[in-house]
Amino acid sequence: MTGKTKKQFIEREDVVVKFVGDSGDGMQLTGTLFSDNAAIGGNDIATFPDYPAEIRAPHNTIAGVSGFQVHIGKKVHTTGDLCDVLVAMNPASLKSNLKWAKVGATIIVDVDSFDERSIVKAGYASNPMDDDSLGKYNLIKAPITSFTKECLKELTTDVKTAEKSRNMFALGIIFFIFDRKFDTTFEYLDIKFKKNPLISEINKTVMKAGYIFAENVDALESQIHIPKATLEKGKYRNITGNVATAWGLLAASEKSGIPLFLGSYPITPATEILMELAKHKSLGAKVFQAEDEIAGICSAIGASFAGSMACTTTSGPGLSLKSEAIGLAVMTELPLVIVDVQRGGPSTGLPTKSEQSDLYQALFGRNGEAPCIIIAASSPSNCFYFAFEAAKLSMEHMTPVILLTDGYLGNGSQLFKIPKMADLPKINPPIAKPNDPDYKPYRRDPETFVRQWAIPGTEGLRHRIGGLEKENIIGTVSTDPQNHQLMVDLREAKVQKVADFIPTQTLTGKKDADILVVSWGGTQGAVLSAVEALQAEGKSIAHAHFNYIMPLPKNTADILSGHKKIIVCELNSGQFVNYLRMKHPENQYRQFNKVQGLPFFVNELTAAFNQILEEK
Amino acid sequence: MENYTVERSKVELTKEDFVSDQMVKWCPGCGDHAILSSVANVFPKIGYRKENFCLVSGIGCSSRFPYYVNTYGFHSIHGRAAAVSSGVKIANPHLSVWMATGDGDSMAIGGNHFIHIIRRNIDINIMLFNNQIYGLTKGQYSPTTPMGSITKTSPQGTIEHPFNPGELILGAQGTFFARGVDTNPKMMTEIFFEAARHDGTSVVEILQNCVIFADKTHSQITSKDLRDDHQIHLKNGEPMLFGKEKNKGIRMRNSRLEIVEIGKDGITEEDILVHDQYQQDPGLHLMLAKMAPPHLPIALGVIRSAMYPTYDDLVEEQLKYAKTNSKIKNMDDLLNSGDTWVID
Repeated sequence: MTGKTKKQFIEREDVVVKFVGDSGDGMQLTGTLFSDNAAIGGNDIATFPDYPAEIRAPHNTIAGVSGFQVHIGKKVHTTGDLCDVLVAMNPASLKSNLKWAKVGATIIVDVDSFDERSIVKAGYASNPMDDDSLGKYNLIKAPITSFTKECLKELTTDVKTAEKSRNMFALGIIFFIFDRKFDTTFEYLDIKFKKNPLISEINKTVMKAGYIFAENVDALESQIHIPKATLEKGKYRNITGNVATAWGLLAASEKSGIPLFLGSYPITPATEILMELAKHKSLGAKVFQAEDEIAGICSAIGASFAGSMACTTTSGPGLSLKSEAIGLAVMTELPLVIVDVQRGGPSTGLPTKSEQSDLYQALFGRNGEAPCIIIAASSPSNCFYFAFEAAKLSMEHMTPVILLTDGYLGNGSQLFKIPKMADLPKINPPIAKPNDPDYKPYRRDPETFVRQWAIPGTEGLRHRIGGLEKENIIGTVSTDPQNHQLMVDLREAKVQKVADFIPTQTLTGKKDADILVVSWGGTQGAVLSAVEALQAEGKSIAHAHFNYIMPLPKNTADILSGHKKIIVCELNSGQFVNYLRMKHPENQYRQFNKVQGLPFFVNELTAAFNQILEEK
Repeated sequence: MENYTVERSKVELTKEDFVSDQMVKWCPGCGDHAILSSVANVFPKIGYRKENFCLVSGIGCSSRFPYYVNTYGFHSIHGRAAAVSSGVKIANPHLSVWMATGDGDSMAIGGNHFIHIIRRNIDINIMLFNNQIYGLTKGQYSPTTPMGSITKTSPQGTIEHPFNPGELILGAQGTFFARGVDTNPKMMTEIFFEAARHDGTSVVEILQNCVIFADKTHSQITSKDLRDDHQIHLKNGEPMLFGKEKNKGIRMRNSRLEIVEIGKDGITEEDILVHDQYQQDPGLHLMLAKMAPPHLPIALGVIRSAMYPTYDDLVEEQLKYAKTNSKIKNMDDLLNSGDTWVID
């Protein structure tokens, strides 16, 4: 670049940048271009889109604000708490997002957008560009709209095209601040607009103009360098939790040789899994968009009976609708993966926000004694492995598995080290052999209590199953009291036996640490960040993060013992802690809960843990 | 389009190949016995391998059906048989999938799945046992119970307008609709055979008598003294004649159907409608499905059997196309597709 040499560099371990604007201002693309550039440049990244439930809310209103947060650094566990840099393309987005900026954050606004009408629409009493309400921040008033038009004078006269590329000016400013190179982003634009090179040229021109503008702004006197991530060697990509879930299921299908069937109904924030799987018919995935949640799971149960690796994907309200059918899968002892991308509840609740409040529903939300395997993913990229694991456990143990993820995991993205299929574990479903003279529908493996999967079409294995209680081994309808007791016990024992096939629980920190922090599912990044920060200060604190809920890992009692205090953190009113109180009543548990549709912030966790550490 | 057919049996099968060892627990005199017998008769005639038949049901007296037929069978939950059988058929289009359901199971709790399986035209044969009552729960009115009927939950008579299943099926873009009665097993067998031959969702409504809770509910149609005048047996390509002497016929006049008598007022066979079950336009099929005594005879036999692509065939077509044309041939391809980079 041309440029002055006045700038100096500051080194930062990590930084959070948030892009906000009106829906249609291209904030998702802007954020993605920045995070991809940073990732390719060697940083660790995590991103989270924050978009409204409405498709196109009224222009320039708070309801229409769309955002994209990027956390980049040497090593990042979360999508970040408050942001260090906020890019706001209009008054409404500034108004609604200022609370997510750190005091002293750099705020870049398109000052051209602060006209009388937009200011009023955003709900400001006076123009925040003129009063001193932003005195606590490093405010950069950038004339983004006018400069964009100016720099495009020779390329286009179309006002709309110029307005549409405003986001690239903002991106140019960010590229300057973080001293990023254009090359990979320009290559991407060239490919994306291969058929319309003018658009690519326009975007590049505007980005460069933004960069040069930033170079000349005195308030931006230093550029920020973020050290490269210390990541394991290998090939990486960026992936969202929902795509990773879909791919994990596809991988399990390929590995087991059992074709994938998905029966699902669109529901926020789980729909992306359905859409992603619908793209991959070349891998044999059959995707059935059902007429409702119940048909979604029931079609999957039918497909499972017919020999497919059956899945259904949903969110909280949909899981409620599926309850009866999950019981059917428990009773018929058929494999089935149920993915619940949790959101704020009850009822319709907060569809675009995240919570961990479906745990009770997963554990207990069925009639009768109806145990299922329950596992929970804990990062966008490990959704891949837990989806794979859910399918593997389900098929090998002939029982439904509920996989809990959540809106933050599902929509959030993270670096994903690309695995080789050959390195993934084998999956061996207990498929009954044709004409097996000993085949009986409920004959079980003596060790695992698992029955065989006799697939329709197979010679010599005709049989009937269903929701009515069946006589053990022979599988005829039975109301015999002793047989019912036996079958209830066997179904429970079969699920408990899975503890022999899952990893033991790990502990981050010392076995005799004063405080044990317990968490599960999607909060791992925030809780681990808080614990690591305190450990670095020499505090006596350890962390156990659970991914296996039902059954719990075999060494759970041991992990929980030996600490002065146990605090269980979760985004609900205390569902996992009460489950632990039930399963391991030998311990006293404290709890830290939040039910605001928001993730944990690292600083609120460290504050809570410090308070407990300081108690006498 | 390629037809994803069901494998045929290499040996000749008999009724005994499909009889299960389970005790049939329907009430003595229940119409279900005749339906079971017709199914056991027709399966060997259809000629598929016995392992390729799959019976799916919901809940109710009708839905005990799979236990009594020696095939692969799945007794599911109330109202959901259509969804379960959809999954079975899509997962394995080489199965001949049969669904047993009732007026409560499919017209009430399972209404949503029922209309959507029909709309999608998934190749499944649905046997809809219509006894106009909830039998298994012991005598509550159903969505097909005639208005005004006294039942356990309508002591003063029902105040609901009943469904005519045929109207619902054709309204949901049904491609096959037939109607039979439990008192005529020979005709049922013929209808089931045609249902099996039809590619797409075939719905066969069987007017079935519940001897305990709605006895003689179909007596206007089935009783010996009335049946000849109150039933018309439709046959493709043949004039719509009925009556003991086969001298009554159905004619279209002023856009309505009416009964006429051959030889009376100059009426000849030329005036009588000829049945065309294969025509695409469902207009006349709907009028036939709606016919009911006392003004018109009820139509029995195959009312509609129109050719449309089936969902399950289209699924296979799309999969085949994708497998041939996509660059993503396996998971390693997918994992390494798009933007990736190496850190070393």
